[in-house]
Amino acid sequence: MSSTEDIIMAIPRELTQNPLRKIWMPCKNGLPEKHISQKRVCMTNCPTLIVTVGLPARGKTYISKKLTRYLNWIGVPTKEFNVGQYRRECVKIYKSFEFFRSDNEEGLKIRKQCALAALNDVRQYLSVEDGHVAVFDATNTTRERRATIMRFAEQNGYKVFFVESVCEDPRVIAENIVQVKLGSPDYTDRNTEEAIQDFMKRIKCYENSYQPLDEDLDRELSYIKIMDVGQRYLVNRVLDHIQSRIVYYLMNIHITPRSIYLCRHGESDLNVRGHIGGDSGLSPRGKEVRYAICVCERLSIGHLDFTISFFSHMSQFAQCLGRFIQDQNIKDLKVWTSQMKRSIQTAEALGVPYEQWKTLNEIDAGVCEEMMYEEIQEHYPLEFALRDQDKYHYRYPKGESYEDLVQRLEPVIMELERQENVLVICHQAVMRCLLAYFLDKSAEELPYLKCPLHTVLKLSPVAYGCKVESIYLNVEAVNTHRDKPENVDISRLPEEALLTVPPHY
Amino acid sequence: MIIFCLLYAGSNDMSTEQKELTQTPLLKIWVPGMGSSLGQRRGSSRPQFTNCPTMIVMVGLPARGKTYISKKLTRYLNWIGVPTQVFNLGQYRREVVQTYKNYEFFRPDNEDAMKIRRACASSALKDIANYFTKEQGQVAVFDATNTTRERRGVIISFAKERGYKVFFIESVCDDPEIIEANIMQVKLSSPDYENYDKEEALVDFLKRIDCYKLSYVPLDEEKDRHLSFIKIFNVGSRYLVNRVQDHIQSRIVYYLMNIHVTPRSIYLSRHGESELNLLGRIGGDSALSSQGLKYAKALAEFIRGQSIKDLKVWTSHMKRTIQTAEALGVPYEQWKALNEIDAGVCEEMMYEEIQATHPEEFALRDQDKYRYRYPKGESYEDLVHRLEPVIMELERQENVLVICHQAVMRCLLAYFLDKSADDLPYLKCPLHTVLKLTPLAYGCKVESFYLNIQAVNTHRDRPTNVNIARKTEEALQTVPEHQ
Repeated sequence: MSSTEDIIMAIPRELTQNPLRKIWMPCKNGLPEKHISQKRVCMTNCPTLIVTVGLPARGKTYISKKLTRYLNWIGVPTKEFNVGQYRRECVKIYKSFEFFRSDNEEGLKIRKQCALAALNDVRQYLSVEDGHVAVFDATNTTRERRATIMRFAEQNGYKVFFVESVCEDPRVIAENIVQVKLGSPDYTDRNTEEAIQDFMKRIKCYENSYQPLDEDLDRELSYIKIMDVGQRYLVNRVLDHIQSRIVYYLMNIHITPRSIYLCRHGESDLNVRGHIGGDSGLSPRGKEVRYAICVCERLSIGHLDFTISFFSHMSQFAQCLGRFIQDQNIKDLKVWTSQMKRSIQTAEALGVPYEQWKTLNEIDAGVCEEMMYEEIQEHYPLEFALRDQDKYHYRYPKGESYEDLVQRLEPVIMELERQENVLVICHQAVMRCLLAYFLDKSAEELPYLKCPLHTVLKLSPVAYGCKVESIYLNVEAVNTHRDKPENVDISRLPEEALLTVPPHY
Repeated sequence: MIIFCLLYAGSNDMSTEQKELTQTPLLKIWVPGMGSSLGQRRGSSRPQFTNCPTMIVMVGLPARGKTYISKKLTRYLNWIGVPTQVFNLGQYRREVVQTYKNYEFFRPDNEDAMKIRRACASSALKDIANYFTKEQGQVAVFDATNTTRERRGVIISFAKERGYKVFFIESVCDDPEIIEANIMQVKLSSPDYENYDKEEALVDFLKRIDCYKLSYVPLDEEKDRHLSFIKIFNVGSRYLVNRVQDHIQSRIVYYLMNIHVTPRSIYLSRHGESELNLLGRIGGDSALSSQGLKYAKALAEFIRGQSIKDLKVWTSHMKRTIQTAEALGVPYEQWKALNEIDAGVCEEMMYEEIQATHPEEFALRDQDKYRYRYPKGESYEDLVHRLEPVIMELERQENVLVICHQAVMRCLLAYFLDKSADDLPYLKCPLHTVLKLTPLAYGCKVESFYLNIQAVNTHRDRPTNVNIARKTEEALQTVPEHQ
């Protein structure tokens, strides 16, 4: 503490609760003062520059994109800067690997310019635009290039953290090339054979001048060296919280092919009557759907025609399906539910062990729990309007916000990254948050993602992203999705507020 | 679809009823009515990720922090709900060889001693097997030097035979200053050196280390590439991590990478007395009472008096902790995770009201206060889970003042002082008292500062009768006084 603060006795400021986020902030003359710092993941006071290091086809861009997606999801503004893209903008047409030869003066000049252009944009993002983390995605294989970057960072007051990927397994490298390089704009006019040949020669151009991060020479730097796609890691001088989180994340991700199935519980009694939250059991239709889920995922077919009314004894049929599921296992499927009755009831029919996570519970609507939207409008019109104004940050009185939910769900995401085949039976708001993570949706889009009842989403990692298959089980259910109405003003009429409420019984 | 139905309808017993779910009264967990054959762990309030026991095996020369790491890691794992125990080979040796003479015991050519040391290792391994099979332990930390490939081979075979996973933690340090500091901090006060003076003890211990050095074979990146391990260099400036197999190993690695040994203090305090405190009501989000405001000022003075370097201040999102922090005149961070335990339907009630409206709940809570979850609320167990990121960040930080709440403070305190789940909910965390925690040797020194501002007592002891059938007076026997 400074000496002036020693002398001045602090007069506690008046507190006011921000109506949207329900955060207590000091205020002056009834207006909130700015200083308050919320617990943000990134507790660094200065921006961080993550610098990838490694030969081509070592997964640098895969890691950059994935890490960026994760950091943005947990609320740390992050952006990646891929030098290859700058190069493609500069050199419109890619001819061949010769561009990357270490004796190609022209090529070297252009590449250096591109790197500097990218760093310039990094500076714009971190110092002007309030970005917290920038990921500088390039080979950065020479000590000289890395020194340039560090000088740049020092001048601007950024911390630097290197992420090096080292891999000598030819199968992994070949797989990389097939997955992401062949589809690159560089190779649109080449056939597969030629493209692979050229790319291998491209890698060779870098190999001679490659200076990996060195345990001794680089002992003062902060970095993680990832070896053989995560078999082994060398971690040096982690400086702060965000670097620690990055290391933890990188050590938990893997590239083994697998699928994640997301679905909501079957339709519940409260769903049917248009109430939110609560802890009710499944409606009769809901009880049917879980079995449909079983069949569906085991058969791995995209669409299932399913006429419930055809069968008179649902419980018998349910049992049949349950047994059928047990016989046809997806390899080591893990099933997770929340601790709410409706999701557990849904899982019960699968006939396999499942794990209950309290942290997968639906968003807590506080004083609005178990109300219909019409009731919320009647009793809390102000709250209802505020929610429409900023659905992501809005916190229910004595409840939660989507933002709180994301923080709560972070351990689930971390564990999903560690696992292989998982089925998560959860709730609307929760599923939106998880989906936003996998599909890289912004905070604005997240609360309006469509996650209808009786629909399973199958997510499979592919290239740099995620393939989504939506499997609607053709079992009727109410719609619980409420779009943002046109008028979000506090002074709006009830009809305007309730314009987008989905029909219910 | 018809085909499926016919195929399976005939082969099944169709009389099994649809299992109804019931909610367990204490944990508030939904479970199938009839005991399900699936998943023994159905009733836990959070997912258990270990399916087989894990042996953590320390590796390193003496005075490299192995016991420090063992004890700290064990404390952490137990706190997050993973039953863990340390098995320290030195203690087994001390039980066999009643009096320690000198370093000669550890000479590699001392046949008799070698026999004894091998026997101790077997004994410890036997106890580990017992811990796993008879005592439901999940993690055993084998704290010994384990510096030879041969010894590690024995352990690996032992584990393989029984289906235990093995994770090695090696501590490598060549900084003589750190080693000497270690020796001064923990070795000189060891039972081995009761009758030595400091200088002699230091000399003897250094010779002891030399005995191990010749035969020390560190874990090797190449030769041991199939093992799961973390190598910690120079107290954490560098780590080598190899083949992390599962969730618990990943958590262990994360934890080890976040702890440090830099001296610092953690100050824990509750908010100043609140208006609801005065009325004997639990929970809520009320403002400070006039006494509470006085406390906030007194806390500011106290903190100033401590002259703490770079103090970080954390509060919850509740008004009363923020008001308290406001008086300090320094920046503070608000953590929602530090919010008081959610009492669900009992929020803002007096104990008398809870007894009147929910007598069964009130009794269940007294029966098992740690696991008891309020209807639509939380349990202490949930709270621990919620606070884990706070603990992780506290480990990373240096000087921190945490202004929180009674239940929250009990959980944090239990972590630092290694209190069991049974003790935790009854730890005394009175208002207007600051606890200063300073790491010392293998544990934590606690200093309690009552700032001499009167406040109500909010501590309710466990009453004698916790039976659901008890009388109202018996239930309310231990309720503290209020307005």
